[in-house]
Amino acid sequence: MLELYQTALRSRLLLGTARYPSPALLTAAVRAAGAEVVTVALRREAAGERAGQGFWGIIRELGVRVLPNTAGCHSVKEALTTAHMAREVFGTSWIKLEVIGEDDTLQPDVFGLVEAARLLCAEGFQVFPYTTEDLVVAERLLAAGCRVLMPWGAPIGSGRGLNNLLGLRALRAHFPDVPLIIDAGLGLPSHATQALEMGFDAVLVNTAVAQARDPVQMAGAFARAVEAGRQGRTAGPMEPRDWAAPSTPVLGTAFRG
Amino acid sequence: MTLRVSILGAGVAGLTCALELVERGADVEVLERGDGPGPQSCSWFAGGMLAPWCEEEHAGSLIRLLGEESLPWWERQCSATVQRGTLVVAHERDHAELRQFATRTHAHSSCDAAAVAGLEPDLAGHFQRGLFFGAEAHLDPRRALAELVCRVRARGVTLHWQAEASGRPARGRIRLDCRGLAARDAWPALRGVRGEMLLLRLPELNLTRPVRVLHPRLPLYIVPRGAHTYLLGATQLESDAAGAISVRSMLELLAAAYALHPAFGEAQILESGCGVRPALPDNLPRVRRAGDTLYVNGLYRHGFLIAPALARRVADYLLEGQRIPEVMDEDRGERRLA
Repeated sequence: MLELYQTALRSRLLLGTARYPSPALLTAAVRAAGAEVVTVALRREAAGERAGQGFWGIIRELGVRVLPNTAGCHSVKEALTTAHMAREVFGTSWIKLEVIGEDDTLQPDVFGLVEAARLLCAEGFQVFPYTTEDLVVAERLLAAGCRVLMPWGAPIGSGRGLNNLLGLRALRAHFPDVPLIIDAGLGLPSHATQALEMGFDAVLVNTAVAQARDPVQMAGAFARAVEAGRQGRTAGPMEPRDWAAPSTPVLGTAFRG
Repeated sequence: MTLRVSILGAGVAGLTCALELVERGADVEVLERGDGPGPQSCSWFAGGMLAPWCEEEHAGSLIRLLGEESLPWWERQCSATVQRGTLVVAHERDHAELRQFATRTHAHSSCDAAAVAGLEPDLAGHFQRGLFFGAEAHLDPRRALAELVCRVRARGVTLHWQAEASGRPARGRIRLDCRGLAARDAWPALRGVRGEMLLLRLPELNLTRPVRVLHPRLPLYIVPRGAHTYLLGATQLESDAAGAISVRSMLELLAAAYALHPAFGEAQILESGCGVRPALPDNLPRVRRAGDTLYVNGLYRHGFLIAPALARRVADYLLEGQRIPEVMDEDRGERRLA
């Protein structure tokens, strides 16, 4: 079981809720993924009081745990405002914290991120920071009170998979006991498998599913890929070798003429 | 016996139904809360792109089908219809968007830089690649609404402006509810999707057809409205707030337009506006019957694109008792009402 802030979860696939062709397809994709956690952006929808109720109602009816996020926030102040709004709208202290530093790569502003995480943790929020694979930033986030980290695989929506394998391996090795969720940049189910095989605890996927030609089928594919990666990890993979090792013993086979 | 119909709402859904029904022999009246076609209806802020093949990319084949069927209707019924196709482009670094769009749509041809320049000379040198959807068309929604009003009136339809939609329909009359999001009182699954637009005037530029600029975050379309004016749209926000355009949305739309052509820097902003489109959970249109009332709703961002095809089906159903399973749940067991 995956445990995030004392919440036990069976599914290691978290889904984003943006950019689906329709809410009906979003609902079907969440079911097909077997996701128990979905993340929801608050910023744009909340143009006015109750303005986003139509969509939020659909999210609530999914009956899964909601992880609100601060997508699109560029400053600590914006992120805090959004987090407060999220707590009120969804009645949860969970917050996926994004503080964007650069518009083209949507790269996190790690300085603002650490600061916002510190303030939110002090207020009792349970913070899921969207960060890079940087070890030092990870240390600072943990010191700020985060108990889960969400390193990127590649820039948001790029579908590139795990960009920096060395960095991500180091992060995993450095924090063996911290739940690490790969957030952003996955494009294919095999990317998710790879992340789980490397020992990451879960993945969060949005665009790869929402923008697939058939989001529901892709959601199912990711669910199986995550399961395969996890089982592959726990089953204890063999070590790669430099030379062939016959899988059937040669001893006792007939002599060749 | 003549079918007598009271239509609620004089947006594009209500007026196309009125024209289709009266032309096919029904006795029609229209009740509208505003004092004419106007900003109380999201049709007022529509882009007016008759683009079934482009919209199929995210909306699926039903919308393409209804849109294709509606094109000749507009050409027949509305002099504001211009058939010059749609040009879809993307900036160099966003070519992945263009490739994906091409694989998910039909009825387009690929354009190189010369072909883009041939179609829209003012875009020469700005785009290396594009897609041309030659059979698509566009219209000015406000002109189209005005024209529909004239046509239905000429056919003897009474239009009641500033009318309240209360109580039961008069005896012997079918009520056709085309109120869009205002019908949420009777159809709770309806939600609003906010779309913001800008109207610009720019004499230096001459674009002759809708241009769509694909972008992972800030997609844009520009529709020529004649007299050097252009409509810029449209944001898609899960919100039913009808308030003024936000600074962020305006910045995004204008930045995208400026990136399309720097001449937009000199444009005058004539108008900004916002329509809240009525959508059902699958973002597809639906016809639904409850007693003497028939609801036509959920046209989402496809009002002008598909309204004639829906109107035809409504008339088929009311006048000839035909089944219309593609849009009517009662005719389609498996499509559960949300």
